[in-house]
Amino acid sequence: MSIHKLTLYELHKKFTAGEVTATEIVRAYGLRIGQVESKVKAYITQTKDSVVTQASALDASLKGWRKTAPMMGMPLAIKDNICTEGVTTTCASRMLGNFVPPYDATVIAKLREEGYLLLGKTNLDEFAMGSSTENSAFGPSRNPWNLHCVPGGSSGGSAAAVAADECAAALGSDTGGSIRQPAAFCGVVGLKPTYGRVSRYGLIAFASSLDQIGPITKDVTDAAFLLGAIAGHDPLDSTSADVPVPDYMKALKKKDLKRLKVGVPAEFFAEGLDPDVEQAVRAAIEELKALGGTIKEIQLPRTDAAVATYYVIATAEASSNLARYDGVKFGLRAKETKDLLDLYMKTRQEGFGPEVKRRIMLGTYVLSAGYYDAYYGKAQAVRTLIRQDFDVAFHDVDLIVTPVTPTPAFQFGAKSEDPLQMYLSDIFTISVNLAGVPAISLPCGFSQTGLPIGLQLIGRPFEEDTLLRAAYAYEQSTQWRTKKPVIR
Amino acid sequence: MNITKQEVEKVAKLARLELTESEKAAFTKQLSQILTHVETLKQYDTTGVEPTATVLGQANVFRPDEARPSLPVERAVVNAPESADGFFVVPKIIEDRQPL
Repeated sequence: MSIHKLTLYELHKKFTAGEVTATEIVRAYGLRIGQVESKVKAYITQTKDSVVTQASALDASLKGWRKTAPMMGMPLAIKDNICTEGVTTTCASRMLGNFVPPYDATVIAKLREEGYLLLGKTNLDEFAMGSSTENSAFGPSRNPWNLHCVPGGSSGGSAAAVAADECAAALGSDTGGSIRQPAAFCGVVGLKPTYGRVSRYGLIAFASSLDQIGPITKDVTDAAFLLGAIAGHDPLDSTSADVPVPDYMKALKKKDLKRLKVGVPAEFFAEGLDPDVEQAVRAAIEELKALGGTIKEIQLPRTDAAVATYYVIATAEASSNLARYDGVKFGLRAKETKDLLDLYMKTRQEGFGPEVKRRIMLGTYVLSAGYYDAYYGKAQAVRTLIRQDFDVAFHDVDLIVTPVTPTPAFQFGAKSEDPLQMYLSDIFTISVNLAGVPAISLPCGFSQTGLPIGLQLIGRPFEEDTLLRAAYAYEQSTQWRTKKPVIR
Repeated sequence: MNITKQEVEKVAKLARLELTESEKAAFTKQLSQILTHVETLKQYDTTGVEPTATVLGQANVFRPDEARPSLPVERAVVNAPESADGFFVVPKIIEDRQPL
């Protein structure tokens, strides 16, 4: 039995049955990480010794009984913008290079309560700003399917770690596609929950009205399983929703789309869509129909406005959120400064990379006197129109199906010199965050060059169960999940 | 929308960012490109449209005003670049003055 090849849920069943110990799990993943990590570079920090100690303590505590919590003994990787008490959390930034959080994010507290095993903290674009991990201060991660290609971003390390079997599952965060796009590029499953479904307490803030934590997993079952462990109301996050959490595993019982109406928005199949991606997504839509879904053409007319709206709102919120990095309370402090203002200016010059500075500049500009109404106010109003598009569509359909990205994974350097081109590649994922609705990315084929292609299903607020049901039916009727990358 | 180097310098100061000359040049060009794209939002009529600040439509969220355990001071300052006796240390911000 190769432990690292098992899905999270398969491993959970073996662990619960006593067929495998936590120590064996940690040893197996240690070996696997040792084999491939030098090529994939998914992790910023590996816990190594501490997770070995954690595992043996867990095994000792279980002697003689076997009643376990869902995540007990499960080896997970966590995006390095989610606070883990006592384990360095860098946000892939020089600014937080030595930051050791004195507390756990709520999602981590929940996993810790259940006895999960933290394998390490995964790479990302600095402060989750980017689509390729090329903006990490510690160097990029690589796509396990082709090491010359980006794994996507910003949760690129988490997606690459899952695809390369360097963890059983991972957590990422999604502000404009940062879970779904890397999941698509790496051929794994990524779920962005409804805004408010999962607590953001302890997620280092980028754009607070858009950020959401979610699972990146080997299959749809694992996404349901891990979402159940992290979802729910949290008094420590005033934007977390007090809405009951259903048993997501029950959503996987029906293996069809009977009585579900699936909308196909014409705007997502416009020019610029790679022919391999279009073909794979069109074929997937046929499969959803064969599974009993009713396919319907719909419109999301304000799709073209999404990128501009997003890059005003997200950067405005970021410029405010990142004001806290001032060299005083935590993080980097520049040396040899002449006064307090100089300390702020030099600390931020040294601590932030180019993309973070660019976004702070843009956000500060759109919020500055004389431009606030023209840019920020306008973007907030257009955001309302984008939400209304989804409201109207969800009167007619239960789900919306689209591509995740216009192209499969691109090569390193292909877009890093042209920020606007990089931003425009987020076109299919961004409107979901602006509307606050849930969406899942799952594999639906491969390009002629052998790179994975992702299918996006978008649902109504708090209807992750419907998303999971449809995604599971599609996954089970196809074989994409059985194909694994050969890392070389 | 073309912005000038002077505007970039002004915004950088507002954002408390010291920029190098090459960063100023790059941002002048890139921010102009991005803002030109943002201007496409003008084509959407938003007369009378309420702005969206949050999708959840919540008002204020309150909790009972009760004392609870909180982070001890010594752990709150543990990540500070410089601290003393549980305080954050910053450069002197009040100028010395001659006594009257």
